[in-house]
Amino acid sequence: MRFAVVVFPGTWSDCDFHYVISEVLHQPVKYVWHRERSLDDVDCVILPGGFSYGDYLRAGAVAGRSPVVESLGGFVERGGYVLGSCNGFQILCEAGLLPGALMRNECLQYRCQSTHLVVEQVETPFTRGLRRGQVLTMPISHGEGKYHADPETLALLRKRNQIVFRYATAEGAVTRAANPNGSVENIAGVASPEGTVLGLMPHPERAAEAAIGGTDGLLLFQSLLGTLVEDGSFLKR
Amino acid sequence: MKVRVLIRLRSSILDVQGSAVKRALGGLGFDDLDDLRVGKMIELEVRAASPEAARGRVDEMCRKLLANPLLEDYTVEVLPAGDLAQARAGR
Repeated sequence: MRFAVVVFPGTWSDCDFHYVISEVLHQPVKYVWHRERSLDDVDCVILPGGFSYGDYLRAGAVAGRSPVVESLGGFVERGGYVLGSCNGFQILCEAGLLPGALMRNECLQYRCQSTHLVVEQVETPFTRGLRRGQVLTMPISHGEGKYHADPETLALLRKRNQIVFRYATAEGAVTRAANPNGSVENIAGVASPEGTVLGLMPHPERAAEAAIGGTDGLLLFQSLLGTLVEDGSFLKR
Repeated sequence: MKVRVLIRLRSSILDVQGSAVKRALGGLGFDDLDDLRVGKMIELEVRAASPEAARGRVDEMCRKLLANPLLEDYTVEVLPAGDLAQARAGR
């Protein structure tokens, strides 16, 4: 599978994603500058975290109107996959590719910490190797990660099973104390109705090696690549 | 033409920043505050044939980029030429 990692001015997780895809997963990957429009030769586009355009106006607002993001609609229609993490999730919401919006954390503090995520939806390309109710550990690092959607949108998200991850305890209980940023219904990640566009505030690329923060982030890639079997063990490459 | 856009969080949305500023003012003895909300102001100079045309153009800018309709309401105000002259003189 061919990956593209989009780079905006102010992106900071591009190198981490590139490293994980090339050195840990051994897949072809290239950087794509935000002014480019052509995504013809890739299968999965990554929108990494950071502070694109300094987060001026609103987080992800300017990046959400950039040439490469305007190309994503057609890319998805042609069967492409899109993963947005942190600022990438904010960009996908600002661009209207995912519903809802991300706001200032309720605590008003920047939160950089490990979180537990309970998996709610396993019918997406990014989570098909996981079990419903499985708990993943991934770090967050953001000041504007409070997911917001109005009640009608939330009802639609539930009906279409678009809520993929919720912040939870280590045991998988969705509690207020486990919610690091005040997100409505503890929502940490949502997908498009087809499941091919996934946005989440946590950083899977920072949980990709056992020596530094665990490997739960890899599970999303391994689901996508089909190298993870259903019981959670790994196929030998 | 000088145009002023005021962007406010929608009234249904909790303004945590506003609450923090209100608490800080309370700490300074301003305990007569019932509510405080923080918004944004954007001033633009638009080339347009009429105030109506300028307003329409800026409204389109708000819908496409300047405001997020999920979170924010906005108002567009075309400032009279006198205000502009005053503003320039004040610089």
